[in-house]
Amino acid sequence: MYTQGLDQADALPDEELSERFEAKVAAEEKVEPTDWMPAAYRTLLTRQIAQHAHSEIVGMLPEGNWISRAPSLRRKGILLAKVQDEAGHGLYLYSAAETLGVTRDELVDQLLSGKAKYSSIFNYPTLTWADCGAIGWLVDGAAIMNQVPLCRCSYGPYARAMVRICREESFHQRQGFEIMTVLAQGSPEQKAMAQESLDRWWWPALMMFGPPDGESVHNDRSMRWKVKRFTNDELRQKFVDMTVPQAHFLGLTLPDPELSFDGEHWTFGEPDWAEFKRVLAGDGPCNKERLAARRDAHADGAWVREAALAHAEKKRG
Amino acid sequence: MGDHSVEALLRVGDSCLVLAQRLTGWCGHAPALEEDIALANIALDVLGHARGLLTRAGELEGAGRDEDALAYLRGAEEFRNLLLVEQPNGDFAHTVVRQFLFDAWTAELWKGLAESSDEVVAGIAEKAAKESAYHVRHSSGWVVRLGDGTEESHRRMLAALEDLWPYAGEAFLDDEVDVAAVEARLVPLPSSLEKPWRARVSYVLEEATLPVPPDPWWQRGGRQGRHSEHLSYLLAEMQVVHRAHPGVQW
Ligand SMILES: [Fe+2]
Ligand SMILES: [Fe+2]
Repeated sequence: MYTQGLDQADALPDEELSERFEAKVAAEEKVEPTDWMPAAYRTLLTRQIAQHAHSEIVGMLPEGNWISRAPSLRRKGILLAKVQDEAGHGLYLYSAAETLGVTRDELVDQLLSGKAKYSSIFNYPTLTWADCGAIGWLVDGAAIMNQVPLCRCSYGPYARAMVRICREESFHQRQGFEIMTVLAQGSPEQKAMAQESLDRWWWPALMMFGPPDGESVHNDRSMRWKVKRFTNDELRQKFVDMTVPQAHFLGLTLPDPELSFDGEHWTFGEPDWAEFKRVLAGDGPCNKERLAARRDAHADGAWVREAALAHAEKKRG
Repeated sequence: MGDHSVEALLRVGDSCLVLAQRLTGWCGHAPALEEDIALANIALDVLGHARGLLTRAGELEGAGRDEDALAYLRGAEEFRNLLLVEQPNGDFAHTVVRQFLFDAWTAELWKGLAESSDEVVAGIAEKAAKESAYHVRHSSGWVVRLGDGTEESHRRMLAALEDLWPYAGEAFLDDEVDVAAVEARLVPLPSSLEKPWRARVSYVLEEATLPVPPDPWWQRGGRQGRHSEHLSYLLAEMQVVHRAHPGVQW
């Protein structure tokens, strides 16, 4: 998921040098790590995969928060397995990024220094148990919308990582929807908890698809290089069309008075793009806490990683 | 089956549950991504063991309590876990030492429980034995790596051993509940597991260039419901949502 189109545009590659590359991509052939590729393609992919990897890792925190308080042992196990999957996604994606010539350490440093971006959604707080439901349903649901087309991405290692990840994401979405279903059909307090959570997560979930098409800096090139298959607005529309009936099924109300069906699609109101920019710029409710948690884990673990290396050295003799 | 059977199963099941709860605290905060995954894996296994044993204890009790009633609606004084597992995560060295002392115990315990006269318990134990064989390999690996790693890691491991060792022996102290449950051939006698446990612990610590601490007064009481100050906080957090909404589905 978590590809929000956060990048600045780079200079286009020299067309002569890239002619063969372009033809190959246009023919839907996969680009592999040892193939020649334009520097801008490499940069684009590295940045997107890294952002994606960081999002998986930072994304462990909001839900990870609730594992200790999960209200049944079954839910505790499911949530723990889900958050563990996200760690696995981070690993596959860092590995995919490494095939482009960066190291995981470099990428992690970029995250911890605040230089690299990750999905804005994880800078919102998880305040109730229902948030674990809303995140699975909406955030993982949006992730699937974003990621299914990425399974056909022109860059082989990324596409293959996405195939694996998408399989797990659908389990994530299902468990979230199941949490919401139980709450929505539960006591009045549980139903209110589900509604309140949906009220908070709906708009941030729509923002996960990135800025409106007119403002997205590199849509054209991403599309031509078959990294992106649909525009931000197309994906957002698909997501809304899928999700509105699910909310109706749950008997919950989406917090958008402008929502209406035009016979084919659900039209919806405009997300608060000023909020989106603010959260991306670092002023979301939890940006500082999320980064601090990652920095602390990294710093606290330094002696462990050093010791593991030192021990391995000794064994090598 | 009498009360001693329920008690004996809770002693193991609660130990697994409380340890799993502690381990989840690392999720998203481990020293490396690979270790996030490994610790979550172990927590999931141990949680599974807890669920099986709590469910069985509830069935044997016959009072209609399922795994959740037992996990969420008992107070600290009703928990029967070892004091060892309720000790805080501390730094990674403390978590590793706690895990290793526990894994070295359960590696023996599951073998004994696999012979239980209760088929359900034996089935749980058979599966658990395979999983805990992996756990003890994992935690032994870390004990050795950190014990024989850098000066700092060695120092931290010494500190962790010193803090946690007094809680290591409780698992092997028999009382009348154990004796009764052993007579029913439900569980192995706790003290019978001590010898192989010690052998493994000594071997791994030596490999790790760490001394086996002298036997102290073993801290005890967890298995009888007298806990350290830590458990009540742990349970308060674990039970907060469940208790706020009595009687609903999740
Ligand atoms: Fe994921
Ligand atoms: Fe996910």
